[in-house]
Parts: sequence; C-alpha cells; structure tokens
Amino acid sequence: MKRIYVNEKWCLGCHLCEYECAFANSGLTDMVKALKGKTIHPKIRVEDSGEVHFAVNCRHCKDAICVQSCISGALSKGEDGVVRIDQNKCVGCLTCVLVCPYGAVMPAPSGHAAMKCQLCTDNLCGEPNCVKHCPNNAIVYEER
Amino acid sequence: MNMYIQPEYEVIRNSDKCIACRVCERQCANLVHSFDSETGKMKADDSKCVNCHRCVCLCPTHALKIVKSDDTYKINANWDNQTINEVYKQANTGGVLLSSMGNPKPYPVYWDRMLVNASQVTNPPIDPLREPMETQLYLGKRAAKIERDEQGKLKNTLAPQLKLKVPVLFSAMSYGSISYNAHESLARAAEELGTYYNTGEGGLHKDFYKYGKNTIVQVASGRFGVFKDYLESAAAIEIKMGQGAKPGIGGHLPGAKISADVSETRMIPQGVDAISPAPHHDIYSIEDLRQLVYSLKEATEYKKPVIVKIAAVHNAAAIASGIARSGADIIAIDGYRGGTGAAPTRIRDNVGIPIELALAQIDQRLRDEGIRDEVSILVGGSIRSSADVIKAIALGADACYIGTAALLALGCHLCRSCHEGKCNWGIATQRPDLVKRLNPDIGYKRLVNLVTAWNHEIQEMMGGMGINSIEALRGNRLMLRGIGLTDTELNLLGIKYAGESM
Repeated sequence: MKRIYVNEKWCLGCHLCEYECAFANSGLTDMVKALKGKTIHPKIRVEDSGEVHFAVNCRHCKDAICVQSCISGALSKGEDGVVRIDQNKCVGCLTCVLVCPYGAVMPAPSGHAAMKCQLCTDNLCGEPNCVKHCPNNAIVYEER
Repeated sequence: MNMYIQPEYEVIRNSDKCIACRVCERQCANLVHSFDSETGKMKADDSKCVNCHRCVCLCPTHALKIVKSDDTYKINANWDNQTINEVYKQANTGGVLLSSMGNPKPYPVYWDRMLVNASQVTNPPIDPLREPMETQLYLGKRAAKIERDEQGKLKNTLAPQLKLKVPVLFSAMSYGSISYNAHESLARAAEELGTYYNTGEGGLHKDFYKYGKNTIVQVASGRFGVFKDYLESAAAIEIKMGQGAKPGIGGHLPGAKISADVSETRMIPQGVDAISPAPHHDIYSIEDLRQLVYSLKEATEYKKPVIVKIAAVHNAAAIASGIARSGADIIAIDGYRGGTGAAPTRIRDNVGIPIELALAQIDQRLRDEGIRDEVSILVGGSIRSSADVIKAIALGADACYIGTAALLALGCHLCRSCHEGKCNWGIATQRPDLVKRLNPDIGYKRLVNLVTAWNHEIQEMMGGMGINSIEALRGNRLMLRGIGLTDTELNLLGIKYAGESM
C-alpha cells in the first residue's frame, strides 16, 4: 500500500506539515480562520534534536499493535491497509497511545478519545496534505 | 562611531493573517523573525533582512511581504540614497564594498532593443509541432581538411566536438561558491537535457565524476583541484581567463566556506582562504595561452575540445582573434551583467561591456579574418530567456551559457548576498543545515523544466522565421532589427533598424 515516508535527510524542521495537518483536519477552507489564535493538534509531529529533524506520523503497520490492543474495537485496519479510529467507539482509555512504538497515536483535544493520521482519507484533502505542502519533498506518499 | 543606516527593505506582516506558526523564524538564517511569547506575536528585525523571500514563499498563509523602505534622505539626483549609504558604510568600516550576482545598474539591455523577424506569405513559417525543428548542435572547430588514406577513403580530420541537444549550457559555478546540492542538480539536469554544466574553478567533487560526459571542467588561475583524473573525466576543458562580473581581478573564497569536502575537492587546506590570482601567472601573451591550450590537449590526448573563457572587455574582438589562433576550439565570452558569488561592487558595476556588443564584434572580426570556423562561440552574462538565446545566436553565437537563470530555477531570489554565505535557499552556502534546503530531486527537475520550456519557445520562434535548424540561425543578423538604438549601436551590432527592408 501507499504510505507516508519521511526522508530525514531532507527534513528542514520547518514544521509546516504540522500546520498543514491541523488545517486539513479543521474542516475549514481558510487556513487563517482555522488556525489563528488556536493551539494546533496535528497528527504529524516533527521531532528536532540539533541538526536532526524528521516528521513522525502513523506507519499503518502491517500488524498494528494499536489495533490489537484496542479494548473497544474503535481501531481497525481497513482492506486498503489504512489503520482508522472510530472516535464514537473510542472510550479514551489511551492504551493505543501507550503501545504505539512511534508515538503516532495521540489523545484528541477533547481528551475523551484518541486520534491518529488516516492519510487524509477522513477529510476533504483527498491526498495527504503534509506531503502536498512539504517544501523539500522530505515527506513522500508512495508504494515501497 | 558607526553611522546608523536605515534598512533598505522592510518586512511587512499582515497580523490578521499571521498564525504565528514560526516557519519564517525557523527558515531565516539571518535571524530576522522572532516570536514574542509575551504578546504571542511574531516580530521582525528589518536591519537583518536581505530580501531573499524565503519567509514570503514559505509562509503558509501568505501573511508576509517585503517592501522597499520609503525612508529617504533629502532627494538628490546626484547623491541618491544608495550612493550616500555606501559612503557611510565605507566610512564605518574602511573596507572594499562587496556584492554578489550580476550588475543591477540601469545600463541599456540591448537584447530588449532588438526585434526578431517572422515569415509572411512568401517564405512560410514552419509549425514545430508538425515538422522537424532541429535545436541540436555541435561545438568545436569546424575547419576540417579533405584528406584520403592509401585506399582513397576519407580520413576523419574533424577536431573533437561537443554535442548539445539544446543550445543552452549551465555556466561555470564552482563547488564552494555554490553548494553540493546545487552542483548535483546542475549535473543531473545537464545529463537529462543532453547538455553540459561547468564545474567552475573549484574542482570536481568525487561524487560527480559519474556525470563526466556532461561536465566541462575549468582550469582557472588558482588551478584548484586540477589533476589528471579531473581533466580526463570531462567532456571539455575550459581555461578561465576572466569573468564578466569582475574582469581583470581574481577571486577570493573566504576560509569559512572551505569545508572539509570543499578542501578535498579544491586540494587546499581546510579553513584557509582560496585566492585565485588576477592573471594566470604563466600566461602573459597569446603564445603563452597557446602553450596551456596545447598542454591540456596533450594531457588528454587531443580527445577533448578546449574552451577559453574571457570577460567582455573593450578589446574583446582582437583578443578573441588571438584566442582563435591559439588553438582553442571554443571561445566563451562573459558579459558585464554576468553573476558572481562575490565581487568588489565597483568592479562589478563599472567594468566590462555588454555581451551583445562584444558578441557582434567578435563574430564579425572572426568572419572578416576568415577564422570563424576555427572556433565556436559561447556567450553568457545575463541570458534571461529563450528570446535572448535566439537573439544571441542570430548575432553570431553558437550557444548560450546560463548561470543566473539556472540559479533562479533552483530557488534563488537574487537577494545578491551570496558573499555572506548564509543563502536561505541552500545554493550559495556551505552550512549543512542550509545546503539541505535544496533537494536535488526537486532542483534538477526545475532546471530540466526551464530549459525544456526555453527549447520549445526557441523552436516556435525559429519556426516563425521559417528556419528549421538552429545552425541556420547562427549569425543570421538579417533576422534582427534594432529599436531605440543609435547609428553607432546599429553598426556595432551589425543589424538594421526596425522598418528597414532586407
């Protein structure tokens, strides 16, 4: 399946992907309206340490440990390989947050459920917005 | 006491649009932007801004713009603001003023005063989408003798040639003045386009020997990185006698830019300034030049064309005639608007002549002397578009070098601060965190796009003139007409005025 891959060599640590992610998932068409004066809750996070930067989001693991550990059946792996979360089913136990080896599942801003990257299949973008707006092709969406 | 100088440009932030994502802050190597945690707002320090537009381009909400400051001294047509500020700067520091990229002064641009012909009725235009339109050409000596061997078969007496699929090459920019990733982008683009890039005087990085068949290696007065493998790896060798941006002077790459990699490539100690002398210390005459031309040919077994590059100066035609007789295969001329990674401002802005006039004079001189076929002519020094290429070829060039246009394709915004080594676009810098901003996967594609687009336009314009081969356009000055030019200028360019018939 096509996944998002991050090439650390080209990541500049500009954090644009985080804002593009928050915007994509805001449901709004105006970035200023969506993000101005708000704390963002992106599903992609750039990790920085000195000169090293890379963005981390869900790897959509073949054998996803978050899906296995979900006590309410909210997390599932679709036929397309995308690991999705049904926030109506999620009870907010955050076991998935604890078990994810990449730190790619995080509590939703409401605090009552978890959230994760669903490759922008759950919003109006159609294609991963972080990939589309990465200025240096450090984030790519491809089959490997 | 240092005189305070008001910044030339101001950073204007639309606070209604700014979402304080701090991308501008992270992307500015000049530290212009900062976040004020007390107010939750972004601030900008105009005095540090070089107007490279990195922040403007990356701002996700387009909340930024850079404007020319309207602060002014008392208006004076003789002492304009910049002139006054330069006096203050020199009084502050006692130093020579440094600048980068090409001459920005409002001298006449002769390309913009020439118009191209098109066919009507009697000599129909050609549609390049339906009929062959040849932009492929060869560079090198064309004067071949007819000689036969004992069996009576023709002997190949043609000197080595460079084959170009497009009439555009990337001009000399050294590794050191530009980054590894910029060089990789140029090399890969040259390979894909079927043309050449030029190493400049900084040697050839070991990773790029694989692009040898699309590489022109330079031998300049500093002789940096010149050795057997370097010469042998290339498709052609260029002797750099001068550069359009700074005719008559050498180069000075500051020690700060001599990283470990640059040091290895240039074969000089790390952190030590790289000085290129003004002259080649072994060349004081055409006879001396001939010795170097033939030394290089001997070293490479006469398999590669040798280019001699000079800056366009007052006596260029006579010098070119000498070069043609020195045994060189190709003459490269660099006009006074050509770019540079660093040059003294006064030299860049006041020395040399326009490439258009130098080219027309050189082509005419070589034709008059019957030696035009002995050499090909390459021109550079602010070729800005496909129209400039067409006009240059009609004036007598074989092909054009592009440097500034290529860097623009890579992201350069002509902030003319290359000499500061903090290029925010990852081009004119050796700082690893900045170099990585230029991903060659993106860069080479943009270069290929640019030259491919120009080639389409060249084909369209050639078709319009009823010419189906770029070689048939070379020196075809009847295809040009001048506009807004004096008789002297028309004579020097060898073209008629708009409205004059064939």
